[in-house]
Amino acid sequence: YSRPRAAPSGILHPSKVVRGRRACSRTGGIPVRSSSLPLFSDAMPAPTQLFFPLIRNCELSRIYGTACYCHHKHLCCSSPYIPQSRLRYTPHPAYATFCRPKENWWQYTQGRRYASTPQKFYLTPPQVNSILKANEYSFKVPEFDGKNVSSILGFDSNQLPANAPIEDRRSAATCLQTRGMLLGVFDGHAGCACSQAVSERLFYYIAVSLLPHETLLEIENAVESGRALLPILQWHKHPNDYFSKEASKLYFNSLRTYWQELIDLNTGESTDIDVKEALINAFKRLDNDISLEAQVGDPNSFLNYLVLRVAFSGATACVAHVDGVDLHVANTGDSRAMLGVQEEDGSWSAVTLSNDHNAQNERELERLKLEHPKSEAKSVVKQDRLLGLLMPFRAFGDVKFKWSIDLQKRVIESGPDQLNDNEYTKFIPPNYHTPPYLTAEPEVTYHRLRPQDKFLVLATDGLWETMHRQDVVRIVGEYLTGMHHQQPIAVGGYKVTLGQMHGLLTERRTKMSSVFEDQNAATHLIRHAVGNNEFGTVDHERLSKMLSLPEELARMYRDDITIIVVQFNSHVVGAYQNQE
Amino acid sequence: VMFYRLLSIVGRQRASPGWQNWSSARNSASAAEAHSMALPTQAQVVICGGGIMGTSVAYHLSKMGWKDIVLLEQGRLAAGSTRLCAGILSTARHLTIEQKMADYSNKLYHQLEQETGIQTGYTRTGSIFLAQTQDRLISLKRINARLNVIGIPSEIISPKKVAELHHLLNVHDLVGAMHVPEDAVVSSADVALALASAASQNGVQIYDRTSVLHVMVKKGQVTGVETDKGQIECQYFVNCAGQWAYELGLSNEEPVSIPLHACEHFYLLTRPLETPLQSSTPTIVDADGRIYIRNWQGGILSGGFEKNPKPIFTEGKNQLEIQNLQEDWDHFEPLLSSLLRRMPELETLEIMKLVNCPETFTPDMRCIMGESPAVQGYFVLAGMNSAGLSFGGGAGKYLAEWMVHGYPSENVWELDLKRFGALQSSRTFLRHRVMEVMPLMYDLKVPRWDFQTGRQLRTSPLYDRLDAQGARWMEKHGFERPKYFVPPDKDLLALEQSKTFYKPDWFDIVESEVKCCKEAVCVIDMSSFTKFEITSTGDQALEVLQYLFSNDLDVPVGHIVHTGMLNEGGGYENDCSIARLNKRSFFMISPTDQQVHCWAWLKKHMPEDSNLLLEDVTWKYTALNLIGPRAVDVLSELSYAPMTPDHFPSLFCKEMSVGYANGIRVMSMTHTGEPGFMLYIPIEYALHVYNEVMSVGQKYGIRNAGYYALRSLRIEKFFAFWGQDINNLTTPLECGRESRVKLEKGMDFIGRDALLLQKQNGVYKRLTMFILDDHDTDLDLWPWWGEPIYRNGQYVGKTTSSAYSYSLERHVCLGFVHNFSEDTREEQVVTADFINRGEYEIDIAGYRFQAKAKLYPVASLFTQKRRKDDMELSDLHGK
Repeated sequence: YSRPRAAPSGILHPSKVVRGRRACSRTGGIPVRSSSLPLFSDAMPAPTQLFFPLIRNCELSRIYGTACYCHHKHLCCSSPYIPQSRLRYTPHPAYATFCRPKENWWQYTQGRRYASTPQKFYLTPPQVNSILKANEYSFKVPEFDGKNVSSILGFDSNQLPANAPIEDRRSAATCLQTRGMLLGVFDGHAGCACSQAVSERLFYYIAVSLLPHETLLEIENAVESGRALLPILQWHKHPNDYFSKEASKLYFNSLRTYWQELIDLNTGESTDIDVKEALINAFKRLDNDISLEAQVGDPNSFLNYLVLRVAFSGATACVAHVDGVDLHVANTGDSRAMLGVQEEDGSWSAVTLSNDHNAQNERELERLKLEHPKSEAKSVVKQDRLLGLLMPFRAFGDVKFKWSIDLQKRVIESGPDQLNDNEYTKFIPPNYHTPPYLTAEPEVTYHRLRPQDKFLVLATDGLWETMHRQDVVRIVGEYLTGMHHQQPIAVGGYKVTLGQMHGLLTERRTKMSSVFEDQNAATHLIRHAVGNNEFGTVDHERLSKMLSLPEELARMYRDDITIIVVQFNSHVVGAYQNQE
Repeated sequence: VMFYRLLSIVGRQRASPGWQNWSSARNSASAAEAHSMALPTQAQVVICGGGIMGTSVAYHLSKMGWKDIVLLEQGRLAAGSTRLCAGILSTARHLTIEQKMADYSNKLYHQLEQETGIQTGYTRTGSIFLAQTQDRLISLKRINARLNVIGIPSEIISPKKVAELHHLLNVHDLVGAMHVPEDAVVSSADVALALASAASQNGVQIYDRTSVLHVMVKKGQVTGVETDKGQIECQYFVNCAGQWAYELGLSNEEPVSIPLHACEHFYLLTRPLETPLQSSTPTIVDADGRIYIRNWQGGILSGGFEKNPKPIFTEGKNQLEIQNLQEDWDHFEPLLSSLLRRMPELETLEIMKLVNCPETFTPDMRCIMGESPAVQGYFVLAGMNSAGLSFGGGAGKYLAEWMVHGYPSENVWELDLKRFGALQSSRTFLRHRVMEVMPLMYDLKVPRWDFQTGRQLRTSPLYDRLDAQGARWMEKHGFERPKYFVPPDKDLLALEQSKTFYKPDWFDIVESEVKCCKEAVCVIDMSSFTKFEITSTGDQALEVLQYLFSNDLDVPVGHIVHTGMLNEGGGYENDCSIARLNKRSFFMISPTDQQVHCWAWLKKHMPEDSNLLLEDVTWKYTALNLIGPRAVDVLSELSYAPMTPDHFPSLFCKEMSVGYANGIRVMSMTHTGEPGFMLYIPIEYALHVYNEVMSVGQKYGIRNAGYYALRSLRIEKFFAFWGQDINNLTTPLECGRESRVKLEKGMDFIGRDALLLQKQNGVYKRLTMFILDDHDTDLDLWPWWGEPIYRNGQYVGKTTSSAYSYSLERHVCLGFVHNFSEDTREEQVVTADFINRGEYEIDIAGYRFQAKAKLYPVASLFTQKRRKDDMELSDLHGK
C-alpha cells in the first residue's frame, strides 16, 4: 500500500478514477492513483493520511461525514504546498478534457457499487444536516421600535466544501460611515490564499472608495494623532470566517496609502461619489496592492511567503452593494448574482445581474482578442481556457497571468525556498507573449429595486454548474415565502367537515415540516444543489452519498459551493417607490 | 354569515324604539350623516370608541347623573372587536377585581333586555373548565375557593359529572373540572347597542363615522378633541379605542402611553349538528388543550389561544373597522386537533367559517383603566386581553365612578394605567411581550411566574457582576432584581419544569441566604426602588410634605420617617420612607412600581412654586442593602467610622464615605426589620462600593442574597408591602400602623379627618399575620395570595401575601380579617379582641390549614441567641 497522492491527471479525468477503482477493488482496497508528480510527494495534508488506512475497509465515508469537518480551515494558509486539485487549472493542455461532474455521476456510482462490499452505508439525516449546517450563518437587520427601515431584511449564507480545505470565501458587512450593505462571494483557485485575502480586504477598499473627503481626512488625522478611528465596517461573520492576524498591519498600511492618495487626489470641490466608479477603483486597487506587496516582499518570512501565495493564487469576486433601492453588483470572474423576482401571479423568475467572465461569454472572448496581437488570437483562449489553463477570464491575484516573465522569475528566485521548489509557480504559461492576460477589473451592473424583487442570490460557480438559475430562484422563492405561498385554504362555498379539514391540514403540516428542516435559505439551496434527483426533489440517498465522498473524490463530483441569499424588504422598497 | 347576522341586527335596532330615540333626536332617518352635521362644539365628556367599553362608560356615566356626554365612533357602533367577540361571559378569573367586574357585567347584561327592550341573546349556559392535569385542577380549585367567597356559585366536579353536563365531550383524559353554572353567553354587539341606546335615552349624544384625530391639551389638562368633523371642547376625554388606543394615545402633543398590542385571534363556526345543540349547552374551556367551545346556533363556536400568536398592526396601520382578516387554517390546525380530541363526534360536522378577529393584549395580561399620569382629564379603558365582554359592565362602572367621584369603589391598582410608565411603550417591547402574554391566557398560572420577554431593560450597574455570580432575575416595572443566587455547584430545574404549586426547587438556596442574613451579613441589590428628592429654598418642602404625609416630618436632620401618603379616605396612596437630608431637602424612598403613580400624585398636589423642586433621582442611585448582625462591622471597617447603635441609631441617615467613594447615603434600616444598612450610592461608585463591601465582608461571611430572602425576612416581622398587602383602600389604623400617624402634628394633612373618624368608630378590617400550624412544607400546597381566611368556620377575608419563614419553620401569610354580621352579612367593627378570640383556617385550593393569628410580630420568637459553647468550626467558614 503506497501513500496516495494528489495527482492532477486522476483528478481531471474521473473516468480514469473509476477504472482505477475497479482495478483496485479486486484486492479489497480502495483505488490508489499511481500517476504523480514528484514535487507533491509530501503534499498530503495530515488528516487525510490518518484516514487512509480506514478507507481500505470502506469505512471512509462514515468517518468523513463527521470527522472531516473538524478539519481546520486555518491549515490552508500555513500548509506548505499549493493545492493542485483545482478544476480550473490544467497544468498541461493534454489533460484539458475536463468533464462536468454531474455528467459523471452515474458512472461514478456504478463504479462505487461495484467496488464496495455488499453492506451499504449512508449518512443518517441528522449527520447530513450537521454537515450541511456546519457553515450556515444568518443575519437579520435589527428592528428599531418595531420597524425595519432598511431595504434589506437580512441574509442567509452557507458554504459546502469540496476542496480540502475549501477555497471559497464569503463576506458581508454594513458600511458604517456611508449607507448600504456589502455582500460578496469569492471563489479561490490554486489555493485559498488569494480568496482569503480578498474576502478580508476588498470591502475596506470599497468602503474607503465610497467615503467623502471629510471622512477620509478625519480618519487620516485620527491615525496621525493616534486617536481612535471611526469604524468603517460592521462585519457579519460566521465563526469560521477568520481574518488573518499576522497580515493585518500590512493590509492596513496598504489601505492607508490608498486613502492618502484619495485625499491627495481630491480637488477640493466635493463631488457626489459614484458607486460604480468606487467599486471599479476598489477592485483594481486591491489587485494592484496584492501584486505590489508580492513584488516588494516583507522582512517577516511568514508574511513574505503569505503575500507571495496570495499573489500566485487567484480568486474571482462577485460583490453586491445595496443602499436603499440602489443595487450595484460588481463581478470579476464566473460567480454570479441572480435576482429573484416574484411575478403578479406569484410565480418566480430569475434576472441575472452579472455576466460570467469565461469562454461562454462572447464579449469576453472579443475583449481578450482585442487586447492582444492578432498572432495570439488562437492561443489566448484554448479549450475554453485562458492560455489553455484558466477558466475565469478575470480574477484577483494570478500574477502568473499578469507579470512579465522576467518579473515572475525574479520574484520566484528571490522568494523563499518553498516557492522556489514549487513546480507550479515556476511554470510559465505557454504562449505567454504580451502580459497581462488577466485583469481584476469588475463589470458593474446597476439595478433599481422594485417591490417585486424579493431576494438576491450570490453564489460561486459551484452552485450554477449544478443548478439552472430558474430552479435556484424558484427553490429560494418558495422557501422564503414558505407557508404563505402554499395556497391558503379557504372554505368558500364548499361543504367541508371538520374531519376532512383536519386531515388536509395534517398532511400540509407534514409537507411543510420537511421544507422547514432548514432555517437558512442558503442551506436549503445547497441541499437541493447536491441532493436533487432527476425529478427536482431532494433524494436523501443521493445527498448522503455525495456528502460522504472522501475528500479527493469530492472535488470530482462537485465544486466548493458558497451562497448568500439576501432578502429584500418589499415594504421599504415600495415606500421608496411611492416617494417619487 | 355572522357578519350579516349582526348587520341585520343593527338594521333592526335602528327601527326599534330605543334606537330611534337617539336618532330621532337629531331629526333624521339616516342617523350617521345627520349627526356628522351637528357635532356639538362643547361637551363635558367625550368618549372615543363605540365598542362595548365606550358604550358601557357612557351608560354608567349617564346613570350617575352626568348628562353632557358625546360618544364618537370612527366606524359604526359595536363594529370592532365587539362585533366579532365570541360572546362568552365568564366570571372565573384569576384576580378578585376581575371576578367582581365579570360578576357585575353578568348581572347587568342579564337585565339589560328588560331595561332597554333590545334583545341581547343573553342565555345562562354555565361554563365548565376542564383539567387534564393535577396542577390544572389545583389552579381551578384556587379560583373556585375565591369565587365562592364573593358569592359566585361554582363547584369542582368529577369527569363523570362533566360527561353528564355535556354529552359530546371526551372525558377520558380529565382529572376533574370546575363548573360555574351562572356564566352566560350573550351577543356583545347587541349588548353594546343596548348600552348605547340606554345611554342615549339618558342624554348621551352618539356620533358614528367620526374619527378622533387627537386630543387637545393645555397645561397638562384636557381641553378638547379634534375630530375629522370638527373640534369639541371638553373637560374629560375617555379613550376606549380598543386596539387603536395605543396610537390614539401617541397622537397627542403630550403623548399618553397606553401599552397594548393586538394579536390575530381565530375561532371556528360550524353549521348546526344533526340534532342541533341546545342554546343552554354549557361553554367548555379546555385550557390544557388551549381551546374554548360554546354552542352557536345549533352548532359550535370554538377558538383558542395558540402557542405561536401572530401580532398585527405593530406599525400602527389604522383602518376604520376590522375588516375580515384572512383565515389561516394552517395556523389553526393545532387548535382544531385539540377540538376534535375533545369532541370526536364533530368530525362529520360541516365548517361554516374561520373568523379572524384581532384581540388586544397588555404587557401583564391585565386590562388598563384610569387617568393618565401626564394629562389630567384623560381617562383610558382598553386592553381587555380578550375578556372585553366579561369585563365591559364592571370596568365601565368603575371608570365612571372614578371620573365622577375621583376614585372607584374598589381598589383597582392592579388595572391602573399608572402601573406602567413610558418604558412599556416601545412597539418592539409590546410586540414581543404580547406574543408571550397571549399563550399565557391558557397556560398554567403558578406562583412567582416571571415574564421572559422584554427583559433586561432597566438594570443596576452591578447586573453583570451579580449575574456572573449566579443571580436569577425577576422584573418589576422593567427593572431586573435578583431573586436568589444559585451556587456554582447547584443545578435548578429548567424554567418550564420548575412551575409548581408546591415547594419550589430554590427552597434550600433561599434558606442559606436567610440564614446568612440572620447570622452574618448579606448584600441585596435594591436599586429598583423609586427615589425622589424634594427640595425648596425655604420651608415649602416641609410644609407640602407635612400636608401630604401622615407622619410628622418635622424631625431633626438625619432622621428617617416611615410614613404613608394618604388619600382623603385615609387610604395609602403610597407607603414610603423619607429621610430629612437637611432643613430644606428630603429624600423619599417608595416601592418600585410607584414611580409613575407617586410622581403624578405629588405633582397634582404640590403648589406651582418655582422654589419647590421635585426630582426623580431613581436612576442616580444604586441601592445596596446590607442585612445582618455583621453589617455594622463591614461598614465601620470600610468607613473608619463607628457604626454601632450609640453612634448610628436606628432610622438614621448620614452621607459618608465608603471605601474611596464619597457621598454615600447610609441609612440604618433594611426594609426587613433585621439590623443593617441601606447604602444609596451614586451609580458611578456602585461597582467600587460593591467590590469593597464584598472583599471586606469576606471575613464576616458576606454573600449575595435576593428578594426571596428579603420576602421571607420581612414577612416574619409583619412588614406589609404596598401594592400587595396594603392599597389605597387601606388606612394605617387597619394595618397596625397607628405609630406612623401623627394626628396631632399641629397641622392638617390629607386623610386626617377620615382617620380621626375611624379612630373614633373603630376599623372594619384588620391586617393580620397568620402562622400556618399543621402545614407540611414538603408535601402540602404552598400558600400564595388570595386564599380565603376562615374564623370559627366563617369566611372573614383573604390573604394578601405569604412566604416561608425559615426561623419559624412555618409559612406566614398576611391577610385582612373582616367581621361580617352573621345575619345581615354587613361589615362590623373589628377589634383586637375579635381577632384574638378566633380559631383560624386558611383555605389553600380547597384544603384548610389551621393558623395562628397575630396582630404584632412576637420579637422573642425570632432572636435565637447563640451561646458561646454552641459555636462550632463551621461558623468560621465563609458562607
